[in-house]
Amino acid sequence: MNTEATNLSEKKDFLVRSSSLKDVRSFSREVFEKFNIDENLREELVLAIAEAAQNIVKHAYKDYPDTQDRMAVRISCTDKELEIAFFDKGKPVEESKVKHRAIDDIKPGGLGTFFIQEIMDSIKFKEGDKPWINNLVLTKKL
Amino acid sequence: MTYKVTDEGETSTVFLDGEIDMDKTEGAKEVIFPLIDAGKNVNLNLSNVQYMDSSGISVLIESHQKALEKGTKLIVKDVSKSVLKVIMMAKLEQILNLE
Repeated sequence: MNTEATNLSEKKDFLVRSSSLKDVRSFSREVFEKFNIDENLREELVLAIAEAAQNIVKHAYKDYPDTQDRMAVRISCTDKELEIAFFDKGKPVEESKVKHRAIDDIKPGGLGTFFIQEIMDSIKFKEGDKPWINNLVLTKKL
Repeated sequence: MTYKVTDEGETSTVFLDGEIDMDKTEGAKEVIFPLIDAGKNVNLNLSNVQYMDSSGISVLIESHQKALEKGTKLIVKDVSKSVLKVIMMAKLEQILNLE
């Protein structure tokens, strides 16, 4: 990583819709380019971010497909660590229910959280500060 | 996502294009499933798909299982390096028919 890229942070909000996922990926790619994150890491980080955003659309807003609410994604990095935070106002996450399917039980679905766990070093669910309800924080050592 | 389908005998080849995410999976299923239901072998060409998330992987699994049920075959062809990485992360490289 470029040593000039220290303590950087970018945040953007998106309408909570599946059609926003491409915009989440574009934002993430632009930020990783700007932060000069290792090219070999970028696409898997984009996947982790997109999966987390997808979980907000699919689960936190499961009963509200036409919501006008927005979710926010903040990407921050220091020399040593990348932190990706998600903020939404959907249904509160019950952490005990967040689990992926057994990887050898081949069936559609249940892989998003597995991908996030594979790619990131830590996953923390927090209560969001008002007006947010959920605040998911992912970190990756650089 | 755009797509093209070519037919040769009992085999249809579906060329998908672009990034396959939750927003695009229904479109992909609408192209692939009727071919399998019609008893066709399906070659799924992914050479122009540069990004696929867990939703796209689910389409591959569902299509593969549907083909098995119908006694046909789904072959996933020309997978880009980035998509192969996701297939391998899901530990599906030994399950799907990759060429």
